[in-house]
Amino acid sequence: MADSEVLHAAHRLEYPYSRSTGPIIGAFLTALRDGRFLGATGSDGRVIVPPTEYDPITSDDVGDLVEVGPGGIIESWAWVSEPLRKHPHQTPFAWALVRLDGADTALLHTVIAPTPDAVATGARVTARFRPESERIGSMADLEGFVPEGGAA
Amino acid sequence: MSDETTELAPVTTLATPIRLDFDFTPGIAQSKFLRGLEHGTFMGQRCATCGKVYVPSRGSCPTDGVPTTEDVLLGNSGTVTTYCVVNVPFAGQSIEIPYICAQILLDGANLSFMGLIQEIPTDQIRMGMRVEAVWVDEADLTPSLASVRYFRPNGEDDADYETYKEYL
Repeated sequence: MADSEVLHAAHRLEYPYSRSTGPIIGAFLTALRDGRFLGATGSDGRVIVPPTEYDPITSDDVGDLVEVGPGGIIESWAWVSEPLRKHPHQTPFAWALVRLDGADTALLHTVIAPTPDAVATGARVTARFRPESERIGSMADLEGFVPEGGAA
Repeated sequence: MSDETTELAPVTTLATPIRLDFDFTPGIAQSKFLRGLEHGTFMGQRCATCGKVYVPSRGSCPTDGVPTTEDVLLGNSGTVTTYCVVNVPFAGQSIEIPYICAQILLDGANLSFMGLIQEIPTDQIRMGMRVEAVWVDEADLTPSLASVRYFRPNGEDDADYETYKEYL
């Protein structure tokens, strides 16, 4: 390398944190690994997904965990036409708030669709999980949602 | 979708790495140091006001606030000013423990820098020990500190404490 050439190099700063999940988020992630969704029952009977550890109104422990989904409706969405390197998909996708069947709150995840024309507020979607052997107990175990009945 | 009961333990922890990726450009002064390494030498810079020699130079004197413009070729040997014997394994460790991490004041420099000491039992390291740099093969030299494999005792008598007490 000629001495006049400007030097530059890739530099990575990384902290390999791990967090304890606690009993509620832990149960939610364990269920995701099994390809299922769990929500928490609030004091007003609402089902909160993803579950919180404490009731948002009374701050008491939440009630029973109940299964919800795997289908749901899009409450809101934003199309990403040029995904960034750290995005969950490297082809265009939508960030979306999805209210799963049986839930009263929406979950932020992605909708995998070929074009934004296939995504709409109020449209029905269903979960697409990663293959069982790849699931580790993480939000990424859910690959994303796909339009119900439609090929994505 | 599976309703089978999992045989895996429940999820209790979640890996949440934080990562920042930079494209690092060292600038003029550090580039001179790095180019020196590429040639198997240590290059420093002298402050024209106080006369101190910094290695690696950041391009200015932190005491006088003036640019350091005079390049100084430093020696291949130096003095251990202080050290630490590392016995604790940690993530990403690339050297077999125990090993010695030392502050080394290169001959001709007024600033020490950190280096690995090898070819000596860890219980024989001491302040004032004279050491020399061991470089990678010439074909493997790069503008990086990876060009310096480690430092080892150079056989000289220990340096007098007075010669390095200002650099602890």
